[in-house]
Amino acid sequence: MEYSSLHRQLATMKKSFFDQGFLDEQFFQIEELQDDVSPNFVEEVVTLFFKDSLRLMGNIDHALEKFPQDFDRLDSLIHQLKGSASSIGAAKMKNECTVFRDFCDKENQEGCIRSFQKVKKEHACLRQKLENYFQLLRQVGPVAKATRSGN
Amino acid sequence: MIVEERKGTRDQFPVGMRVLAVDDNPICLKLLEALLVRCQYKVTTTDKAITALNMMRENRNKFDLVISDVHMPDMDGFKLLELVGLEMDLPVIMLSANGETQTVMKGISHGACDYLLKPVRIEELRNIWQHVIRRRKFEKSCCTDSDNRDDGLKVLANSEDGHWAADDHNGKITKKRKDQSEADEDDSEDNIENDDPSSQKKPRVVWTIELHRKFVAAVNQLGIDKAVPKKILDLMNVENLTRENVASHLQKYRLYLKRLSVVAGQQASMVAAVGGRNSSYLNMASLNGFRNYYAIGGSRQLPTVLGSLQPTGVLGRMNSSSTLAMQGLLPSPTVQLCGMHKSTSNPCNTDLGRIQGIVAPGNRQMNLLHGVPMNLEPEQFPQLKLLQEPRNQLPAGFSDSGFTVGPKSNSFPIGTTNPLFVQAHEQHNRTGGLQNHSVKMSSSSSELLDFNLQDISQFTSNNRSGDGSWQGASGSTEDPTSSLSILAPFGNIALSSGNIGANISSVTTHAVTKPFDEFANTMAAPLHDAITNNNINNHVRSLNGNTMAMPPVHDDSRPSNFSLDNSIQSWDYSINSNTVSSRYSNPLLSKLRTDEATARFHSSGIAVGEKNLGATAVVQGNFGTSLVRQDCMIDRSTVDGQLKFKGGYESENSRLHSGINSNGSCLADVVNSMVKPQDDDMLFGDIDMGCDLYSIGACMCSLWT
Repeated sequence: MEYSSLHRQLATMKKSFFDQGFLDEQFFQIEELQDDVSPNFVEEVVTLFFKDSLRLMGNIDHALEKFPQDFDRLDSLIHQLKGSASSIGAAKMKNECTVFRDFCDKENQEGCIRSFQKVKKEHACLRQKLENYFQLLRQVGPVAKATRSGN
Repeated sequence: MIVEERKGTRDQFPVGMRVLAVDDNPICLKLLEALLVRCQYKVTTTDKAITALNMMRENRNKFDLVISDVHMPDMDGFKLLELVGLEMDLPVIMLSANGETQTVMKGISHGACDYLLKPVRIEELRNIWQHVIRRRKFEKSCCTDSDNRDDGLKVLANSEDGHWAADDHNGKITKKRKDQSEADEDDSEDNIENDDPSSQKKPRVVWTIELHRKFVAAVNQLGIDKAVPKKILDLMNVENLTRENVASHLQKYRLYLKRLSVVAGQQASMVAAVGGRNSSYLNMASLNGFRNYYAIGGSRQLPTVLGSLQPTGVLGRMNSSSTLAMQGLLPSPTVQLCGMHKSTSNPCNTDLGRIQGIVAPGNRQMNLLHGVPMNLEPEQFPQLKLLQEPRNQLPAGFSDSGFTVGPKSNSFPIGTTNPLFVQAHEQHNRTGGLQNHSVKMSSSSSELLDFNLQDISQFTSNNRSGDGSWQGASGSTEDPTSSLSILAPFGNIALSSGNIGANISSVTTHAVTKPFDEFANTMAAPLHDAITNNNINNHVRSLNGNTMAMPPVHDDSRPSNFSLDNSIQSWDYSINSNTVSSRYSNPLLSKLRTDEATARFHSSGIAVGEKNLGATAVVQGNFGTSLVRQDCMIDRSTVDGQLKFKGGYESENSRLHSGINSNGSCLADVVNSMVKPQDDDMLFGDIDMGCDLYSIGACMCSLWT
């Protein structure tokens, strides 16, 4: 009971991520790569993403502060962030990065700052959601195993 | 960083294919690794380009394929790409979140065999092994000699069993190209690893820094023009190094140099020396180069010279397909060779029809070789390596010269055939031919790029075929009909001095009656030499010149010893915006000049149209009726101060020229090196016109507008 309800919860949660556009297909690809050899692949990648993206965002913050007119630098940084986001399927974040990039192209400093705020916001939001997700997943995991072995 | 190796079965290629993944983004790297593992490849990862290079240098046999990100902090992905291509000759796939055409073009011109966008999907990775095979095959075919061919067949047989030799290096596995099996003399790929050759054991030569240094020292000592594999080999004095290895490496090196010098040469405008023999070479070459470039990317508006070339002979074939493709300019058979050269990743090889290479990046307007089928995969373009395609198509004579005649079959992919030319060619080149017609590519400033066909004929310095067929160029026009007249219908070539104003007057080379083969050989020969000798740096053009000068085969068996080298030296064309002028002073050419049957090099005018710089070179060799005509259109727009073949071209050019590679050196290489891929505009410079020219050697590019 609990088991299946947790599963259902998980499924619903995941579905909502997709429906709301937080995640896209790429996330499925990552899940596909999880197997016996790498049983925690998804979580590993996501964790790595959040860690690395924090670093990148820190660099962008720094650049916006110190070299606000250096659009090339900003462009390069956001490019990396965008690459990471798209790799894990973080759709909303990726889109915000694109917006930021456009502002960079137009050399619109104000626009850059604003859109970067949005990037950070999306980042925080996604992070929260995925943390919840994995927590739930961890709960479900062992339960599932236990159930199986129990039978 | 992380080095993981999973056990893979080498014998079940592509399973177990060894991939090196380089990406500074840890998430992407991790993901990529997982995907590759899922495809059952053996993966090694690193986040630093330097580390990757070191790993590869340590043991060149260590990897089959490299996948690299474009934006990396320690080294630009394109730079890595070039280095890998040059030193290790491994296929490289670029990866980036940036999918802009320009960037992709740049990747291709630098020699990437593929360009994937992030996030990369597993389906795409499942197919990357084909790049490895393709490269091996091409290389093999380029450099294979008869033994190799046999081996190749055997290997093929093996593979047919469903069992791929782990290192297909041997070659020639795929027999897509029958020509491959045939002719190929020449160097075996030195980088081909033969770990487990199924049929032939070819120890792979790893070009370590030390070895490369020795090589460069030897080349410098001999003089780039005179550096022939045999001599280099002797000077290097390294055990277990074969002439083939050296030849193949030399080819690459030339390409590299060419690329470097192209930058310098960019400014040079191609000045077609009217009447100047030398220039003609140059012009042609440049034209060719241009053509190729254009062809490659451009809108193939150029009438495919190749197509027209279809001429009977091999020549036709040669040129048309590969040449044009490759070089866009040279239709001559030799040219094809050139074209076919193996480009690093270039598919040009087997088929003449494959006009590889010149894919003008984004150049819509380029009408390069119209119709020339560019088989060259753009990505591979930059690495055009001269393939030594079996010369099936070429008359027997060629075989030895190591021409790599592109696809032998006649596949001229060139779209448009120019019956006109062909015919003209056949019947006779106009006798009086253009004596020294130089193909002029004039830029808007109306400079004419004149190619002197005659000079071209001089090229064949080394006629490998031993019959001095080159001499033809000098005018041994014995028989007009037999001579290759390139350019017959020059008239049509309206050199449009349009923007680029390349006017290439058709220079008809009066082909000597020598059979095509010979001529081809000769052509090839000179090409090579020419290439070698010229300062690659400055002149790609020379190469071009060489190529262009297809010495008519002279049956007098006048020893053709035109050393291309000498002659070409002076070429130098600068591509200026709107001007494609190559200046070529080729002493050799003058030598060649033969009053009577001088090989005339007709180049149709290079029409530099508003955005199209088209040069059609029609090369008629004495091969009989091969008429090589290449039209290259130079896109004017590109010329904006320089022929711009952006990005794409650059690399392509070089590759295009692969040209004849009898010694494994191909003009293309030279040209390529001269042509330096750069993303900025001067693509033109990059265009290895030379190469094409070479290939065209016999063919003249007829510029026409």
